[in-house]
Amino acid sequence: MIAAMMASSYNAKEEDGHHSGSSSHGGAGAVKSKKPDNTAFKQQRLPAWQPILTAGTVLPAFFVIGLIFIPIGIGLYVTSNNIKEFEVDYTGVDINSPCYSCAKNFSWNSTQSCVCSVNFTLEQPFESNVFMYYGLSNFYQNHRRYVKSRDDSQLNGDLSALMNPSKECEPYRTNDGLPIAPCGAIANSLFNDTLDLYYVDSNSTKTPIPLAKKGIAWWTDKHVKFRNPSGNTNLTVTFQGTTKPVNWRKPVYELDPSEADNNGFINEDFIVWMRTAALPTFRKLYRIIQKKSGTTPTLPSGRYILDITYNYPVLSFDGRKRMILSTISWMGGKNPFLGIAYITVGSICFFLGVVLLIIHHKYDTRNNSADIPN
Amino acid sequence: MAFWRRKAHIEKERHVKANAREYNDKFSYADNHIKTSKYNIFTFLPINLFEQFQRVANAYFLVLLILQVIPAISSLSWFTTIVPLVLVLVITAVKDATDDYFRHKSDRQVNNRQSQVLIRGSLQNEKWMNVRVGDIIKLENNQFVAADILLLCSSEPYGLCYIETAELDGETNLKVRQALTVTSDLGDVSKLNDFDGEVICEPPNNKLDKFTGTLFWRDNKYALDNEKMLLRGCVLRNTEWCFGMVIFAGLQTKLMQNCGRTMFKRTSIDKLMNTLVLWIFGFLICMGVVLAIGNTIWESWIGRNFQVFLPWDASQDSAVFSGFLTFWSYIIILNTVVPISLYVSVEVLRLGHSYFINWDRRMYYSPMNTAAEARTTTLNEELGQVEFIFSDKTGTLTQNIMVFSKCSINGQPYGDVYDEFDQKVEITEKTACVDFSFNPLCDRRFKFYDGSLVEAIKLEDAAVHEFFRLLALCHTVMPEEKSEGHLVYQAQSPDEGALVTAARNFGFVFWARTPETITLYEMGHPVTYQLLAILDFNNVRKRMSVIVKNPQGQIKLYSKGADTIIFERLDPSSEDLVFTTSEHLSEFAGEGLRTLALAYKDLDEDYFEVWMKKLLFVSTLIENREDQLAVLYEEIEQDLKLLGATAIEDKLQEGVPETIACLNLADIKIWVLTGDKLETAMNIGYSCNMLRDDMNEVFVISGHTLLEVQQQLRSAKEHILGLSRVSSAGSVEKTDTFADDSVFEETIIAEYALVINGHSLAHALEAQLKHVLLDVACLCKTVICCRVTPMQKAQVVELVKTQKRAVTLAIGDGANDVSMIKTAHIGVGISGQEGMQAVLASDYSFAQFRYLQRLLLVHGRWSYFRMCNFLCYFFYKNFAFTLVHFWYGFFCGFSAQTVYDQWFITLFNIVYTSLPVLAMGLFDQDVNDQNSLRYPSLYKPGQQNLLFNKRQFFLCTLQGLGTSFLLFFIPYGAFSVMVKEDGSQFSDQQAFAVTIATSLVIVVSVQIGLDTHYWTAVNHLFIWGSVTVYFAILFAMQSDGIFGIFPSNFQFIGAARNCLSEKSVWLVILLTTVVCMVPGLAVSFLRVDLFPTLTDKVRHLQQCRKRQGPQEQNLRRVRRTSSRRSAYAFSHQQGYGELITSGKNMRMSSVSAAPSAGKSPHSSNWIENMLKRKNEVSCISDENMEASKGNKAIQTPDQHTV
Repeated sequence: MIAAMMASSYNAKEEDGHHSGSSSHGGAGAVKSKKPDNTAFKQQRLPAWQPILTAGTVLPAFFVIGLIFIPIGIGLYVTSNNIKEFEVDYTGVDINSPCYSCAKNFSWNSTQSCVCSVNFTLEQPFESNVFMYYGLSNFYQNHRRYVKSRDDSQLNGDLSALMNPSKECEPYRTNDGLPIAPCGAIANSLFNDTLDLYYVDSNSTKTPIPLAKKGIAWWTDKHVKFRNPSGNTNLTVTFQGTTKPVNWRKPVYELDPSEADNNGFINEDFIVWMRTAALPTFRKLYRIIQKKSGTTPTLPSGRYILDITYNYPVLSFDGRKRMILSTISWMGGKNPFLGIAYITVGSICFFLGVVLLIIHHKYDTRNNSADIPN
Repeated sequence: MAFWRRKAHIEKERHVKANAREYNDKFSYADNHIKTSKYNIFTFLPINLFEQFQRVANAYFLVLLILQVIPAISSLSWFTTIVPLVLVLVITAVKDATDDYFRHKSDRQVNNRQSQVLIRGSLQNEKWMNVRVGDIIKLENNQFVAADILLLCSSEPYGLCYIETAELDGETNLKVRQALTVTSDLGDVSKLNDFDGEVICEPPNNKLDKFTGTLFWRDNKYALDNEKMLLRGCVLRNTEWCFGMVIFAGLQTKLMQNCGRTMFKRTSIDKLMNTLVLWIFGFLICMGVVLAIGNTIWESWIGRNFQVFLPWDASQDSAVFSGFLTFWSYIIILNTVVPISLYVSVEVLRLGHSYFINWDRRMYYSPMNTAAEARTTTLNEELGQVEFIFSDKTGTLTQNIMVFSKCSINGQPYGDVYDEFDQKVEITEKTACVDFSFNPLCDRRFKFYDGSLVEAIKLEDAAVHEFFRLLALCHTVMPEEKSEGHLVYQAQSPDEGALVTAARNFGFVFWARTPETITLYEMGHPVTYQLLAILDFNNVRKRMSVIVKNPQGQIKLYSKGADTIIFERLDPSSEDLVFTTSEHLSEFAGEGLRTLALAYKDLDEDYFEVWMKKLLFVSTLIENREDQLAVLYEEIEQDLKLLGATAIEDKLQEGVPETIACLNLADIKIWVLTGDKLETAMNIGYSCNMLRDDMNEVFVISGHTLLEVQQQLRSAKEHILGLSRVSSAGSVEKTDTFADDSVFEETIIAEYALVINGHSLAHALEAQLKHVLLDVACLCKTVICCRVTPMQKAQVVELVKTQKRAVTLAIGDGANDVSMIKTAHIGVGISGQEGMQAVLASDYSFAQFRYLQRLLLVHGRWSYFRMCNFLCYFFYKNFAFTLVHFWYGFFCGFSAQTVYDQWFITLFNIVYTSLPVLAMGLFDQDVNDQNSLRYPSLYKPGQQNLLFNKRQFFLCTLQGLGTSFLLFFIPYGAFSVMVKEDGSQFSDQQAFAVTIATSLVIVVSVQIGLDTHYWTAVNHLFIWGSVTVYFAILFAMQSDGIFGIFPSNFQFIGAARNCLSEKSVWLVILLTTVVCMVPGLAVSFLRVDLFPTLTDKVRHLQQCRKRQGPQEQNLRRVRRTSSRRSAYAFSHQQGYGELITSGKNMRMSSVSAAPSAGKSPHSSNWIENMLKRKNEVSCISDENMEASKGNKAIQTPDQHTV
């Protein structure tokens, strides 16, 4: 198509150019040589590395890949297996499940929150820091309309955006004429179950386990991406003129009554929630159980009770809620996939190398130039 | 440009009055201002944008852009499309603007040329653009004609003037134009100022050879035709000055009317690409539909319930409607499978390849200071797929230079050089040539190697002297003394020039001629012969004779002609001589030389008187004059005595047989289409090694009727098929019905050649025979068509082009090749001696036929190879990039959520991956140029279209599909449970996006690395650079600073930092890369290892021999065995002895002597005769050109190189 422009049909300079040689003014000076420059570039002789696939290069590559991948895979697999993880589903689908009634009787309007307790036993003690996650399944945090339903300017503390949130937040942009802070579907659907963990020792006393709620969000999110408007001296004042999201019980500046500087947009639970998951089944960090000093395990083996303040309805769309306890390693959490994948790929490469080697030796047909027809 | 003007006034007839601007202004004819440019500063933007959006690709992206601003369906920000689109538009606009700037410049230059215009009684200098219709302008020698003008008078007698029409039809010989007798004496300004004739003529048109009009002057009507017109673009030659009246000016001149937009040639890859883009588009719609259906299902099963947290939009009230919107959203997201940068990149590549052709020193011809030139930049890869070459002969295969190389005098052959052992020595550049210093008048460029001939001259061998005397006397050459003692011959045909020059060097210098005398310097002494008669050459006679009276009073007839003709008319006494001479003739012909036999006769004075009287009588006859003359000539040309024979070498261009042999090895079929005669064409065929004596059969088709031609073609075909398939006799009939004979072609081992004459070709090209013709022609190794008109050349090309669906290339140098050059897929012009017309119409031009080898086997092959690799990779890359969204659709509720950051989508094609693939497309070489030439078979994959076809396309899209699958599902597997090393959540969308994007960039970079065969520094720079730039931009776009400025456009703040600091992410990337690469690597290794193509073998060989020096090409020219063929091979059609004896073409000074009374009636009407003769053939334009070539102008090649 561009060709159309490149091919010019008539060019007056050609009419002229041809003539100049023979006409009266043609004898002016020596004719400039049109001989192209002898540069490697113009003559397409640039020095170059010309790799070709030969048995000498490809086969070793396969073996090397195999030999590197298999140990990595084994390492990953062993590490992943050493990680202790415990998971409990507290959705309350099953009629025998402790949260069944809470799940059944859920209503947005009820002022009284429903509490249920789940008992479980840890067979093995959890050493070092233990991380407590909540997991949701079949929850489409990655739906396009959901993902875009936020206003990053507002969340970054922009005052005008606070009062006049982006259109993307519809239908959670305003409520009763007041701008919603934080606006949008993501904020509106903030996970608001409260999970408390108790250790039940041998004489049945419930010892609450201290759950750290700080340090669960990314540093960049907490310090750069999310900011309260104009400092956070008095959040109540700052957020005056806005209203809380429809589903919320409390306004944004009262998210964490226990700690003043964990309120507003920089509330870590909120930040964690706002980082939308890639897949419909996901887990998000809820609390950290810090390692105690000394040799006692963070979570010794034994019986535990998980108290759930059941505020978050998921049954209507077949969702599931889980609580996960996990330790971590140098490669993060439990992740058997990578280890298995590495071992598999490594073995396949090695095997492929062997097969190719055999094929190469048995059927190699290339013997230099002997059969090149001229 | 001027369509509104055209609408307003349709010109039926043109009225032009001389010297009356007011009168002519009424008609508002175009002035002489020309404009080839398209834009000015103000119209550039709107017009250019309008033009650009007419292209499908741009329009497509504009539509996408519009879709993207609809909030309900916009799945991507507007900038993802607008940035690439603007980039593409800007690049194109800049190029258009530059082109137009140069057009402006050249327009301005042409418009500002000076010409002398007669205004109010005096000559004034005016710019060309101010010349108007009806003006009288003066032209001087060597000036361009400013407009189409009617010749009024000139400095030459009879109002003649000479023009060169190279710009119009490409012929460099001079043509004569003659003014009306009534106007030819208007030679001074005052008379011209009073001239008030009115011309009524045809409206402007593009027929270069036709003009009809009438001049009304002084109450008389004079008919005007093309012979009185000087067209814009011609150059005045050999004429001091002339005056003319402007009839058509500016854009209405015939030259400009001929400059219609040339038809665009598109390559087969172009067409394939368009088809594929349509397919991709269809695929895109399918994916959209699948995902839209998925969305409808999802919304009605899950989304409906998920409204607790994600209510439906107010506008979206049903799942079906949501599906409909999603369809559009996905069209937007997945649009990158139709890559916007594809078209631009392809153009850039082609431009680059064109520059490489222009820059190639090995296609530069230093004697003419001509480099190869790619005149169109869009056809390069097609050069790698050529199957048929149609070549002109004269000037393309041959140099159109005739060289006197051998002779046989009185039974004694001369011309070969023998060493001391009596072994024939090959004549090369280094062979010492004969010293002609004894002759001060010799032509220094003449070379002869056999000293014995000079010895014979010096010994005053009578036969030898008579031999050269004949050569010096019997011809129609005109001498011109350029400076003291410096003679230049103007010969009608190069053959004659060569013969006269030979005589000159051997001491018989043709010095001067008048209508009655010829003066020679015979061994330094001037001798004047009375020229009594010229018995001119024509095609029937195939000989010419002169009758001269030497100073001793003897009357002699000298004759030269085709050997068969001369031998028939010999005196019985020459019988022995005939025997030896014809042996020599066979020998000469066997070497591909053109031969002539020479004979003389002493005439009895009385006999001659009687004969001369008859001649004078006959020449005044009105009826049957030609026939009567022929009878008379026949009568006197009897009982000749044989002198000997000459052999002229029609010099082939350098390297022609080698090139043809090489191209044949590359399975390229070469057909020669020439206007020459059968014998000449076959001669050249033999010397080019296209015809060989060891060929099984050379079929000559020369039937005059349809039936005859059919018969001949059928029997040729039966002959071929009968020999090769003895078993199935019935198949011959069958094959007539099947157009495709490829099966048979494969099985023919024997070599055949087909030679077909022009008049037979006319029948063979008719609908019922063309299939047979094509079948036979394709079964033959060599096809030569002779005596073909330019139209037929185009028809033959068209036939092969449409019926064989093969890529055709036409190569030629003359105006008669233009139609064929324009018809073929690729037209190549030889910038040779015959002007520029062929070059101007061509797509590629260079100076020598042998460069074709390099153009096709090196540049063409590389271009094709690069383009195919480029396209494969490009489609692979875009599929891998885009289809990830498709897989993601299944996990995000088919909501058209993108996997990547929007900025990544914007930049992926234009920044992250564009340069490495461009570098590969520009610089890649699988095999170097020496090996490409050494192994012509490497060319075959291109002809079979193996490197990029629908199958390859499927394979590379399949690879892309697979890569996208792995790119999505490996991170999916890893991310479903992944947490960071500090325990914080990590399976979020942004981390996922960064991981997949990084894997993608690395995977496609590794892939291009594997696809690159030739890693230059540029490739290194671009590949490593692109990866580096990716990371740089990634971190920059996700940095705190830029987020602080535009929080809502750069939401990915910190994602890269958090993500890429994780070991597990790198493990995922490594795993993805390896898994994506390993299958491809294993497959290509196995392919190379088990089924290596020729390319692979040569590459391997090249690798092994890397350190040895460059390989010389060892294609030996095979000397063929001799066979008897002889031809009187003059290339002209009609002699002009008449012109010479009339003396009209000589300057007044040289013919001051009054012509003898006896000849005046004969001579006075020669111009009328000529014109009459011309009118007979002028109905076919092409023949007209040839006729005019034979008619007048005398111009040797050496004159216009001065």
